[in-house]
Amino acid sequence: MEFDPVLLSRIQFAFVVSFHAIFPVFTIGLASYIALLEGLHFKTGNPQWAQLSKFWTKVFAVTFGMGVVSGIVMSFQFGTNWSNFAQMSANFLGPILSYEVVTAFFLEAAFLGVLLFGRDKVPRGTHLFAAIMVALGTFISSFWILVANSWMHTPAGVEFQDGMLHVRSWAEAIFNPSFPYRFTHMAVASFLTGSFVVAGVSAWYLLKGHMVEANKKALSMCLWMILFLAPAQAVIGDFHGLNTLEYQPTKVAAMEGNWERQAGAPLLLFALPDQAAQENHFEIGIPNLASIILTHSADGEIPGINEVPLAEQPPVAIVFWSFRIMVGIGLVMIAVGLWGLVLRLRGKLYEPGMLHRFLPVMIAAPFVAVVAGWFTTEAGRAPWLVYGMIDFAQGVTPSLTGWMAMLSLIGYMSVYAVVYASGGYYLWRIVQGGMSAPEQPVDTSGAHPKRPLSAGGPIGDAAPAAPIKGDWT
Amino acid sequence: MIDFTMIWAVIIAFGVIMYVLMDGFDLGVGILYPFAPDEGSRDVMMNSVAPVWDGNETWLVLGGAGLLGAFPLVYSVLLPALYLGVFLLLAGLIFRGVAFEFRFKASPASKGYWSAAFAGGSTVAALAQGIVVGAYIQGFETENFTYVGGAFDWLTPFTLVTGIGLVLGYALLGSTWLIMKTEGEIQDWAYRVTPKLLAGVLGIFLVISFWTPLVDSFVRDRWFNNLFSIWLLPAGALGCAYLIFRSVNKRSEGLPFVATMGLFIFTYLGLLASKWPYVVPPAYTLYDAASARESQMFLLLGVLFVIPVVLGYTAWTYWVFRGKVRAGEGYH
Repeated sequence: MEFDPVLLSRIQFAFVVSFHAIFPVFTIGLASYIALLEGLHFKTGNPQWAQLSKFWTKVFAVTFGMGVVSGIVMSFQFGTNWSNFAQMSANFLGPILSYEVVTAFFLEAAFLGVLLFGRDKVPRGTHLFAAIMVALGTFISSFWILVANSWMHTPAGVEFQDGMLHVRSWAEAIFNPSFPYRFTHMAVASFLTGSFVVAGVSAWYLLKGHMVEANKKALSMCLWMILFLAPAQAVIGDFHGLNTLEYQPTKVAAMEGNWERQAGAPLLLFALPDQAAQENHFEIGIPNLASIILTHSADGEIPGINEVPLAEQPPVAIVFWSFRIMVGIGLVMIAVGLWGLVLRLRGKLYEPGMLHRFLPVMIAAPFVAVVAGWFTTEAGRAPWLVYGMIDFAQGVTPSLTGWMAMLSLIGYMSVYAVVYASGGYYLWRIVQGGMSAPEQPVDTSGAHPKRPLSAGGPIGDAAPAAPIKGDWT
Repeated sequence: MIDFTMIWAVIIAFGVIMYVLMDGFDLGVGILYPFAPDEGSRDVMMNSVAPVWDGNETWLVLGGAGLLGAFPLVYSVLLPALYLGVFLLLAGLIFRGVAFEFRFKASPASKGYWSAAFAGGSTVAALAQGIVVGAYIQGFETENFTYVGGAFDWLTPFTLVTGIGLVLGYALLGSTWLIMKTEGEIQDWAYRVTPKLLAGVLGIFLVISFWTPLVDSFVRDRWFNNLFSIWLLPAGALGCAYLIFRSVNKRSEGLPFVATMGLFIFTYLGLLASKWPYVVPPAYTLYDAASARESQMFLLLGVLFVIPVVLGYTAWTYWVFRGKVRAGEGYH
């Protein structure tokens, strides 16, 4: 049997990048949250902030570790599987990715050590500084990687010379047309992800009556964030969509499942796109709504997928459905924000109820939404690696054979299955183990007092796999 | 005209040796894991590197990204050539990387699995890196700036020997690190294994020294044609080896580690001198492999400013975690 190295390399990249993406998107939001908690503790001395910070730092440590190792894999994928693409685009992507390493990765890694292990070794102000540096590092990192990614979607500031792209204008290439939208969309997604995870765990602890005071604070903060950010994300997403319509019309056509250019296009709620027949089956839609959303006019024209030949079309079903999953989850997020507001206004935010049961379920939602969003935009770029300039077949490693790609794909899947199943299990155990009790508030020594348990510490000794009974008030 | 390509060669060479020295000792601690006195010692060993390993490994990511930025041909020939070896390297790094967190979270029953993952991952990663060194000495089959060799060209008896050599070398960095960072039983044990590891390293060193000129005529000519000063490098390496041996006998605490770093630096410089100016041997020099001048310059502006800052705060974190690591510290 012959394996296709191009298809397998695409699957492998989609697999390793999807697994990688869920970690930074969570740690970016969580790092800022931890820095905020450390700052509040530094300012007020209220031990509940430290209690929350210590707990979430444990979660952060495990998550960040998995993000680091899956990130190391990413830095070699371009070379192993897409070496022609790497060579052709190196003049731009090489410096950009290098800037990410020197301005962000070192910052995160060095200060993470101090954040996790240095609580007892450095003054409190320095520990806070380390938390801020880690948060800053995650942001700088997302800046550069989204520069690189946006440029692959809307390349600018470069031209081909002797088979290699050369940078004509760094400013145009870095601040390429889709970058501002993609960066904002992703940054807000990170904060939403952090908010939903913290809200879900806090709500669950409130249901169980565990460390109620601290978790009330956390839940309240997160629901404020969700209330404002979830609708903001919809607006940003809309702007991003308009930008895509301008620069990648075929992708928008695929997102809408619109095969023929038409005026007054319906918003399809359901359809089974059939790429071979170049049409949809079982369409259910709202008339004119797609045109209204995309052109702000009821009979605005929406481009058709069939304006480009079949070979240049993205896989429509993937783009169409992953887009709907992302938007659907976004709408539920907005509803959760409003639900929280209603309960808050009625003074019932902290009474265990339906919302507290629903929020733990919603922990998975932002991750699914993020991966679905990436599938929409990345599959929607097909068959291009750099839109309109380098396609998959040109970019793939020439010496790569089908069986080599198959072997490495199976290898990565096996390794990730073991590692991430274990990681998920240990995260679950941290949550099960609960938060440690707050410390006595007086702490004027300038340094944290010595204590047996430092951030990211073991749960095995202090907490059995089952929740500690005595700890639940 | 400033020769940016030459400046970049120095920066990348610096980045690689930084990676080798820094991740070398924490991989070495992993390689030594199965031979540690007991499980409690393993906790201390891991804690001695836990706060810094992540920063150390970032130098590898810099190596990957920096090559893409400054010498893309190296990136786009070596990685396809080493395809399956790169997978082994990454799989090893994944398992040992997550073991830091998972091992301390695991129940007593499953803790051993993560000790094994840490040891196995570290050893496989070190072996794979040593194989890369060997493959680099062998050279790569290219045509028109593209790798055209087979899937297993990197796996030969010669590269296996260089692989084992680096495993032993990293273990030596690890054992001398532990001499510096621990005390009592673990330190005694580290003092005992260091001379054995040193003997192993020197043995491989000797084998490779005789074998390499046979593998590659370019290297033979470089060493045996009237370039006397190059012989100072192996002389320096042997001097460092003697220093390790003597300082361990005197039970010095810091000197064995410093001398081991010296041994690595001299050997590394010897390797660079053997191949200079070829970065994708045997066909392409660093000038063939370089990226566009404007790209090298754009990146250089930032790197010259940022790298000193990185070195500054990296040094600071080592200072924060200075001194001996004791049982019950760190994660406990």
